[in-house]
Amino acid sequence: MQSINMELAQYSELFMLIAGFIYTGAFMLFAVDMIRSSATIRRVEAELAAENAAERTLVSYGAPADNPGTGEPEAAPAEELVDEEMAYLGTRRPFANVAVALTVLGVAAHTFAVAARGIAANRVPWANMYEFLTTSALVVAAVYLLVLTRKDVRFLGTFALGLVVTMMAAATMGFPTPVAHVQPALQSPWIAIHVSLAVLAISLFTLTFAMNVLQLIQHRRELSQAAGETTRRSGWQFLRLAPSATSLENWAYRMNAVGFVFWTLGPLITGAIWAEETWGRYWGWDVKEVWTFVIWVVYAGYLHARATRGWTGNRAAWLSIIGYGCIIFNYAVVNIYFPGLHSYAGLPE
Amino acid sequence: MAEKRENTYMPAGHRDAPEAAENDPRTAGGKPEVATPALGVKGMLRWAWTQLTSMRTALMLLLLLAVAAVPGSIFPQRVQDSFAVATWIEDNPGAGEVLDFLQFFDVYSSIWFSAIYLLLFISLIGCILPRAKKHWQQITSAPPRTPRRLERLPESGALELQSSSAGDAQDGPDAETALQDAAAILKARRYRVEVRETSVGAERGYLKETGNLLFHISLVGVLICVALGSMFSYRGQKILVEDESFVNALVAYDNFYPGAYFNEDQMQPFSVSLDAFERVFDRESTTHFGQALDFTADVTTRLGADGEPQTEELKVNQPLTMDGARVFLVGNGYAPEVTVRDGDGEVAFSGPVITRPDDGVYTSMAVIKAPDASPEQLGFVGLFLPTSQDAGDGLAVSVDPELGNPELQLNSYYGDLGLDDGLAQNVYVLDTESLETLNSRELDAGGIVLSPGETYDLPEGMGSISFDGVKDYIAIDIHYNPAQQGVLIFALTALGGLVLSLFLRRRRAWVTVETTPAGRTLVRYGLLSRGEDFKIRDENIALRTQFEKKWPVRAPEKES
Ligand code: HEM
Repeated sequence: MQSINMELAQYSELFMLIAGFIYTGAFMLFAVDMIRSSATIRRVEAELAAENAAERTLVSYGAPADNPGTGEPEAAPAEELVDEEMAYLGTRRPFANVAVALTVLGVAAHTFAVAARGIAANRVPWANMYEFLTTSALVVAAVYLLVLTRKDVRFLGTFALGLVVTMMAAATMGFPTPVAHVQPALQSPWIAIHVSLAVLAISLFTLTFAMNVLQLIQHRRELSQAAGETTRRSGWQFLRLAPSATSLENWAYRMNAVGFVFWTLGPLITGAIWAEETWGRYWGWDVKEVWTFVIWVVYAGYLHARATRGWTGNRAAWLSIIGYGCIIFNYAVVNIYFPGLHSYAGLPE
Repeated sequence: MAEKRENTYMPAGHRDAPEAAENDPRTAGGKPEVATPALGVKGMLRWAWTQLTSMRTALMLLLLLAVAAVPGSIFPQRVQDSFAVATWIEDNPGAGEVLDFLQFFDVYSSIWFSAIYLLLFISLIGCILPRAKKHWQQITSAPPRTPRRLERLPESGALELQSSSAGDAQDGPDAETALQDAAAILKARRYRVEVRETSVGAERGYLKETGNLLFHISLVGVLICVALGSMFSYRGQKILVEDESFVNALVAYDNFYPGAYFNEDQMQPFSVSLDAFERVFDRESTTHFGQALDFTADVTTRLGADGEPQTEELKVNQPLTMDGARVFLVGNGYAPEVTVRDGDGEVAFSGPVITRPDDGVYTSMAVIKAPDASPEQLGFVGLFLPTSQDAGDGLAVSVDPELGNPELQLNSYYGDLGLDDGLAQNVYVLDTESLETLNSRELDAGGIVLSPGETYDLPEGMGSISFDGVKDYIAIDIHYNPAQQGVLIFALTALGGLVLSLFLRRRRAWVTVETTPAGRTLVRYGLLSRGEDFKIRDENIALRTQFEKKWPVRAPEKES
């Protein structure tokens, strides 16, 4: 077995810290942008007022200008500043923009850190809790950036980066683990497929969790607005820069669907294949397997809820949030407190 | 037929009526109407069946299944560790018995867990059958009839084509030709198209529903294969010491768990013998020094009674497949070879002793029983340390998993070992309560400490014990599950169906043509998606772009 490159391993740890600090900066700037959202809103409103009403409808619906006749989009209510498509409005949001730039920088440092760890150990960099968490955080940040290139999801920045920072902090402070080779049971090509799919699924679920929480808050605001409440709680102003609860729900659904497919193929199917190869049985109701199943069923319930009358909207959002709660539980509590075959969290005794 | 559906909560995508509102998740949250059950047994049954197969029941049962699975992760389960269950019940008198009665230690075979998933699958089948029938009808019949007012659909548009007879610059097609063009465009966009008198009806994405059905049917397949597997499978465990061999027959197993319909004649006749075993530990890392890196068992296998012997490697992630049965390397340890002589000088025990490693440095529990010894039966309990080192207070500990300084540290006992009454006993446990202690740290005689090649004479002329050498042993699991492949195949078809169902879009499109009083051709079109569809607007734009490329379209006049 090739020896571990200790120098590279140290660089990996250093860059992991650097990435964590950059993300923290990005998180704070996103938060400042959120707090200053009333200024942004005033600017958007001023710009909107400057344009003529017909044009406004077009812009906000993102339809080509030479394409008028497709149905009759009802004019957006004055309250709504962003639309279903989450297109960029062209309003300057300097704090958020710097935050995005910092996130890019953070992802670069983070990518190096994760890759260096893998190269140092000559294996995939996700074989213990520390590595799993740092890799997941990287994917969350990267997916978030990827979505940013197409949709204006800056409103999600505080939430997404907050989760990324939490994951980085939990990894480096809660489960610091030096680079090492892995035990024989983990030396299988399946670790690359099985765990990476789990990481992808969890990263998507992390983002939808943020969106579903926002959806619930947004829904409350919409309700009180519909009830004619005029008291403007300035703290919630930023919600006017976030899409409606309905479109948040739709977007969360689309990402949850992808996450569900990953979860089905990753933890569930390839997990069973690998378990058969190592332990001789594809399913044995080991604690980790139980929770993988529970999570799968909860998200299946979520998908059903979306198709069940009276269960769309808030209730579906709650199911998605509960599903994410189960994921956290499966990761943090099961790994640490429940004995099972999957006890290779890599934690010191 | 359609009227009876009122109280089934079909998902948005399964309602036939082209009402926009029903396809809009925002408006689908209305209060469901409660069905009034018709009187009479038949009516009641029908009502119960309708309820069971409704989306809402399926959802409830799914959530219930998730909740019901949780206790299995909180309480020890017999399927995994019956010993832990026994300990738990012993430690919690009262609660233990109650929970045992309620099957909390056998959650996944309990009545309540089974009831939930069986109900769920009955509901599932009751759901699949009518949907499959309906889907079949739709696949084999023409796209639905053209709605009267296309502009009411969620996405629609209208184009007025130029006509030279009306004084326009270009001459567009007449209504008939435009209809054919529209049909061709829709066909190219992979719609199934039916041209009618003055309209075209089109639909695409039938595979979405096919995928959904495939997914749900595959789940039934998975369940059936799991059930078949548990009936016809067997699994067992065997500990194999270096130079020993194992023949796949009932008597050879240490533990054996047959399925309900297991038949001994089905056991594949094969044998495995252990030639050598090699362990590799981390010798470089400062933080993980001594961590296991690789285990390799060199084995000789033989298929059938007179098969050719084959030398193979058995590793942790690399099972052997022998005629459908699989052999897995699940554990390993050291087996010190020991000879015990009794007070009469006769050999009372001789051979390798399986020790149970307890930690990463292979500090191993050793138990030796010599019931044939006379005048008294002899027993030994203690530790085997691969690399023994004095911890400072006279107590030795193992500091390395490899054989650096192997040592046996034993207490000895004499008396009735309790093996004669025929009760099954755990070979790894010696109940010393009713025995007299010969050697222990607390006694003057002290404990027994042996290195390979050494012999120790027991006090009171009870005999002697010698440590002759160390062998390796491996623990293997043997599994045979004929339905396992089936589970995998159905799991994969389920996945395929899931992908089709989640990511394909089912859409309907209609185009109508008419001739305006001015003599121009007016084309109207409308789109309707069934189920979630976030791209229907893009489809509208794409379709319109294609129409505009095909025909000379009049610039729209300001509509009144
Ligand atoms: C064994 C339990 C079940 C599981 C694990 C399960 C899982 C799922 C999943 C993951 C989906 C979303 C993916 C897709 O559209 O194919 C789905 C959709 C669906 N399921 Fe199930 N299901 C189960 C039982 C049922 C039952 C009993 C019914 C009938 C009452 C049912 C009816 C449906 C329908 C109609 C959809 C389509 C929803 C839509 O249009 O989005 N399922 N199911």
